[in-house]
Amino acid sequence: MGYRYEIRLSGSGGQGLILIGIILAEAIGLYEGLHVVQTQSYGPEARGGASKSEIVVSDEEIDYPKPQKLDLLLAMNQASCDLYYRDLKEDGKLLVDATFVSQVPTNRAIRIPFTKLARERLGREIVANIVALGAISELIDLVSFKSLEWALLGRVPKGTEEINKKALRLGRRVAKGALKEMKGKEIENYTIDESSL
Amino acid sequence: MEKKKRELLLQGNEAVAEGALAAGCRFFAGYPITPSTEIAEYLSQKLPQVGGVFVQMEDELASMAAVIGASLAGAKSMTATSGPGFSLMQENIGFACEAEVPCLVVDVMRGGPSTGLPTSPAQGDVMQARWGTHGDHPIIVLCASSVPECFHMTVRAFNLSERFRTPVILLLDEVVAHMREKITLPLPEELEIIDRVRPTVPPEWYIPYEDNASGVPPMAPFGEGYRYHVTGLIHDIRGFPTSRSDEIGPFFQRLFRKISQNFAEIHMSETFEIEDAEITVVAYGSVARSAKRAVLEARQRGIKAGLLKLMTLWPFDRPAVERVARGSRVLLVPEMNMGQISREVKRVNNGVCTVVTLNKVDGTLITPDEILKRITEVYQDERDN
Repeated sequence: MGYRYEIRLSGSGGQGLILIGIILAEAIGLYEGLHVVQTQSYGPEARGGASKSEIVVSDEEIDYPKPQKLDLLLAMNQASCDLYYRDLKEDGKLLVDATFVSQVPTNRAIRIPFTKLARERLGREIVANIVALGAISELIDLVSFKSLEWALLGRVPKGTEEINKKALRLGRRVAKGALKEMKGKEIENYTIDESSL
Repeated sequence: MEKKKRELLLQGNEAVAEGALAAGCRFFAGYPITPSTEIAEYLSQKLPQVGGVFVQMEDELASMAAVIGASLAGAKSMTATSGPGFSLMQENIGFACEAEVPCLVVDVMRGGPSTGLPTSPAQGDVMQARWGTHGDHPIIVLCASSVPECFHMTVRAFNLSERFRTPVILLLDEVVAHMREKITLPLPEELEIIDRVRPTVPPEWYIPYEDNASGVPPMAPFGEGYRYHVTGLIHDIRGFPTSRSDEIGPFFQRLFRKISQNFAEIHMSETFEIEDAEITVVAYGSVARSAKRAVLEARQRGIKAGLLKLMTLWPFDRPAVERVARGSRVLLVPEMNMGQISREVKRVNNGVCTVVTLNKVDGTLITPDEILKRITEVYQDERDN
């Protein structure tokens, strides 16, 4: 059997998790040529409630479309972090939006305040998901930044290309910094030093 | 210029819409409902671009009526809905059976009954798709389990409906409908498209419901000079109501015969690792994907497991099930309902081997682990006996 790389993007309805799931799947599937399946689940509410988007990547045809054990979990709120942390593989990566997640269950969590960054650096909280997507591009080897940017531009509304590109770059930069900081250290929960941006 | 094939990341629902366009569908009437809405959304944008018509109706009763009207006027027509809307469409689906009006009804199954679980998967409408409308009638029901299948089965569903002048139901579940996968859309010339047979006689000689060898009378579109009577009452060969038993009997016989003499053409299934399988999983829709993984994992543990994936649910694929029943010791039927296809498997198996079920109705997809656990249990039991 081929490998499976499994990603869950979770948070609450309205945070744009399904959109970044689609962008990521498109970049991996169409631009990188891997097999990919993206699924989603959300409640009947129009906004609020739990929402998640899941991606399974493989080098061969994918049968079961949902993740079994996660390689990467993005938690954009506390509830999803608490609920899904135990689905991570032992060496799985946990990425949280530190704006909303104050308690992390592991000292290996990568904490970046996506929403706060989006609000303060880009003036629009709505692109917090794209900042997170940029950070994800640093954490996985499945997709090049360029592919992700192409996929992003194909999916966002006209007129918002610039801010979305900026958001993606910001996310990548911040994650790079975070990983550098964490490297080779017995790190405690990493929180971004905002003065370094 | 050479045409290039388009590779896309599409949702199951979007692939249904693309399949419909490729099949020549030019009319959609419906009422949005989760988890089928994307079909309507997609076609509302695309149909006008190809000269088609999209109508959002006041409800599902009217939607089905409009679909029938458009088909009678010559357009390949469809609607898409989910459980609650599918219930409302049942009466007019019966009308389409009775008046022999080709059309496609896509039912994306969600948890039910009633409003149920709008955003969660289920497979509870299998029997409703077969028997939801009253009265004895044949019907064709297909079920897809991947995005490419959503496309190809929609084309096939239209082909079957046109060929046999019958409504065809395409069942998806929420997982398949909302899942995104890669699909390479075929070029038009790569697809087989079947259109209804039209009369070759002039209007004054046209007998709308006259029998022939195929049992499918040529169908004239309204508006081209062929005038005939269409009714939900049992009718004679000219379309007018009859209560003569010597006309009623042959009408019903023909209605059934046109489907039953073509079972082999209608039945579709796929098998995986069944040659030496002692335990064969019989599954359909998204559950077939979990089953395939479970079979692979069982094989790694030395258990000879196999998979029969049903793609035509009705008419029930008796030959396919009989084949695996003869070769296996156990048939395992996992379903997201309390046992609908398993009843059919038991009926067809008729005691040849053991049939066991795995039923899950908690709003989540059956996992490979759950199927594997059941396979292992059953395997142990069989060993012990």
